[in-house]
Amino acid sequence: MLEIHGIKKAFGSLQVLKGIDLHVNQGDVVAILGPSGSGKTTLLRCLNFLESSDAGTMVFDGETFQMNSISKRDIRAIRKKTAFVFQNYNLFLNKTAIQNVMEGLVIARKMPKEQARDIARKALDKVGLSDRYDYYPYQLSGGQQQRVAIARAMATEPEIIYFDEPTSALDPELTGEVLSVMRQLADEGMTMLVVTHEMSFACNVSSHVIFMEDGVIAEQNSAEAFFNAPKEERTKAFLANFNQ
Amino acid sequence: MTDGRLWSLFIDSFWKILLPGLTMTIPLTVIAFSIALIIAVAVALVQFANVKILKQLARFYIWVFRGTPLLVQLFVVFYGLPNIGILIEPFPAAVLVFALNEGAYCAETIRAALEAVPVGQLEAGYCAGMTYLQIIRRIILPQAMRTAFPPLSNSLIAMVKDTSLAANITVTEMFMVTQRIVARTYEPLLLYIEVGLIYLLFSTVLTGLQRAGEKRLNTHTKKGGN
Repeated sequence: MLEIHGIKKAFGSLQVLKGIDLHVNQGDVVAILGPSGSGKTTLLRCLNFLESSDAGTMVFDGETFQMNSISKRDIRAIRKKTAFVFQNYNLFLNKTAIQNVMEGLVIARKMPKEQARDIARKALDKVGLSDRYDYYPYQLSGGQQQRVAIARAMATEPEIIYFDEPTSALDPELTGEVLSVMRQLADEGMTMLVVTHEMSFACNVSSHVIFMEDGVIAEQNSAEAFFNAPKEERTKAFLANFNQ
Repeated sequence: MTDGRLWSLFIDSFWKILLPGLTMTIPLTVIAFSIALIIAVAVALVQFANVKILKQLARFYIWVFRGTPLLVQLFVVFYGLPNIGILIEPFPAAVLVFALNEGAYCAETIRAALEAVPVGQLEAGYCAGMTYLQIIRRIILPQAMRTAFPPLSNSLIAMVKDTSLAANITVTEMFMVTQRIVARTYEPLLLYIEVGLIYLLFSTVLTGLQRAGEKRLNTHTKKGGN
């Protein structure tokens, strides 16, 4: 469903991505792990063109795109089939929860308002916020805001959802409520690419794990193999930190 | 002069001064400020969006109108332009100059407010599949205008007072009418204080409107409550 070949990205003289290949099948839940500065977030942002790439090819839905010369129209077409959940939620601050979910449907996809409202209600119900439709972001806790963001992401029925450290700004209790919503999405077969530091999520929910370091993929495997039988020394060292 | 005569002069002239306030000062302010806001949003947006040539034009416009005195601008337009065959009536000339002058200041206010909106709002809009213009119109600009509202109110209040300069290009607004009454009655202290009080009255009303406006706009921020 999504294939990436040789994606490269430099900020000035700092080479952040040094040629990444990636293959995601429908229904995969891929956890991207790695130390800070390894390029995980940059990779995710390049995949949705929030950062431009210096090189690389993307095959999405059978269509091939050159990532450094893709047109605005193609970018927008791809974005309409994907969704992104940010570390700091990035809810539209001047919109209520339900308006946040409806915005992408009504404005970007020209869906009639009533239909969009129905979908938005269902999405918010699903993330456990049926009593918060008309709350503004400032009236919601971090965990609730992130759940609105997830509702906003899934309401558009994307083919893949990118999660950029979705629980890093939350305390353990709120982390739990967000992770359980993500687990539910995974169980329903949503394709997900998740940059995370939550080892339990990577271990228990994801189907595949990618371990990144210094702008390259150091190890890539099924979640089970990754955690039970890591191949690379660097991966073993990384995992050892969590098993102490 | 007796106190009684002074008092009746005060009362008599109050309406004489207030009337041009209602028919000249306020219309001049409202029309010029409305145009200024349109100019300001446009000028701020082309800079925010980094539109190549327009951005340079915007900087040039702000440079000129912020860098020269308002009074000089009024004189150039009203007394100067006729030299090259452009004659503008006093009131439209005043509207033009006040709108252009105020537009330059407000443009900077709005640009700063646009830049204060977190960049994540734009990114979230992109990821929702929205176009740049859709995001600006529905997400960024409403938030920026909320931020810009208090400083813009400042500009509006300043402008009400600055309209007194229009007396210099023969607009019969409050200050000019006051000057005429002074010329007849030789009571400058009383009358200039009186016109000052009427300006203060206008500013007070505007301050009240600002407060009410902020309350309305605050619905989506912490200060608004629910």
